[in-house]
Amino acid sequence: MSLSPKALAQALAVAGVAALLGLLVWKIAHRETTIADEVRGGKRPEAPGFTLPRLDGDGRLALASLRGKTVVLNFWQSICPPCEDEAPAFQRSWERYRRDGVVFVGIDYWDLSGNARRFARRFGITYPLVYDGPGTMMQPYGVTGAPETFFIDRTGRVVDHHAGQLSEDELAERLEEVLAS
Amino acid sequence: MLAALVLAAPALASERHPTLSELEPELVCPSCKTTLDLSTAPIAESMRAFIRRRIAAGDTKSEIKRRLVADFGPGVLATPPRSGFDLLAWLVPLGGALAAVAVVGVAAWRWSLGRPRREPAADPSSNGRAPLEPELERRLEEELARFDA
Repeated sequence: MSLSPKALAQALAVAGVAALLGLLVWKIAHRETTIADEVRGGKRPEAPGFTLPRLDGDGRLALASLRGKTVVLNFWQSICPPCEDEAPAFQRSWERYRRDGVVFVGIDYWDLSGNARRFARRFGITYPLVYDGPGTMMQPYGVTGAPETFFIDRTGRVVDHHAGQLSEDELAERLEEVLAS
Repeated sequence: MLAALVLAAPALASERHPTLSELEPELVCPSCKTTLDLSTAPIAESMRAFIRRRIAAGDTKSEIKRRLVADFGPGVLATPPRSGFDLLAWLVPLGGALAAVAVVGVAAWRWSLGRPRREPAADPSSNGRAPLEPELERRLEEELARFDA
C-alpha cells in the first residue's frame, strides 16, 4: 500500500501533535521534586553535589570533599538585606561550631562576583564561600530566594531546610538537632 | 563601499564608547529573565551600576559583556553568540524559514498545475456556440448561399 504525499503529510502532522501531547503528559507526570520539597515531606534526600569556584580564594570547592562533616549550606546574595542581617550570626556560629566538625559554606548566586567579595570583607566572613553566578544550584535545591539554608549531615543527606533569615539562636537550635541525630 | 563605511561608523563608536542605554537591551537580568531596560530587580540595578562604573573606566562594549558573561554565563546575553553550539539558535530559525518558503512555493506550483485550463474566449459571432469544423463551415456556407439564391 502506498500513501499519497498529502496523506503522508497529514500522518506526519498527526504524529507530531501526538508526540507533543505525550511529552506534555510525561512532563506533568514526572514533575521534578526539589530538595526543599522532599525535606518538607519528611525525607532525607542526598544533597546535590557541586564543584564551584571559591570566592574567598583560588580553586574550587566540591561538596563531596566535605563528606564526614556536618555542613550548613547557606544561599545568599550581596544585594539581599536579610543576608546582611544574618551574616554576623553565621560568622559567630561558624567560629563556635567548627570545633564540632561543622563546616559552613556560603553559595553566592545571581550576583556580581566583585560585590560578593566586598560583602564577605565587610562582614569578615572566614568560612568557605563559593560563587554560582548563573544560579545553577538553585533548581536542584529548590531555592526560591535569598537567604535559604540547608543542613547536611555527615552522610551527605539534607536533614533540615529553612527559607529566610536565621537568627543566631535559631541556627544553634537547628544545628544542635542535626549534631544529635 | 561608502554605504558600508556610513553603517560601520556608529557601530564602531558604540563599541568603543558604549552607553548604558545601548547595553541595557542587549543584556538579561538573571533573576527575572527580561532585558535590563525592562527590569527593576535589585540585581538589574546592581548590573546597571557595574556597567556605569566600567564605562567610566573606559571599557569597550565587548569588554563589559565579557565581564558579565564571566560572572553570569552566556545566558546574560539577550542574543546568543554566533559561534559554537549557540550558532544553532541562529541557523535553525533561518533553516525553518527557508523550508517554509520552499514548501509554500512547491504547494503553489502544484496547485497551479492542477487547476483546469480556461477555454479561449468565444468569438462573438459564434453566438456562444463552439466554432465549426472548416469543412462543415464550408458546406454550411454553400447551403446558405443556395438557400439565398
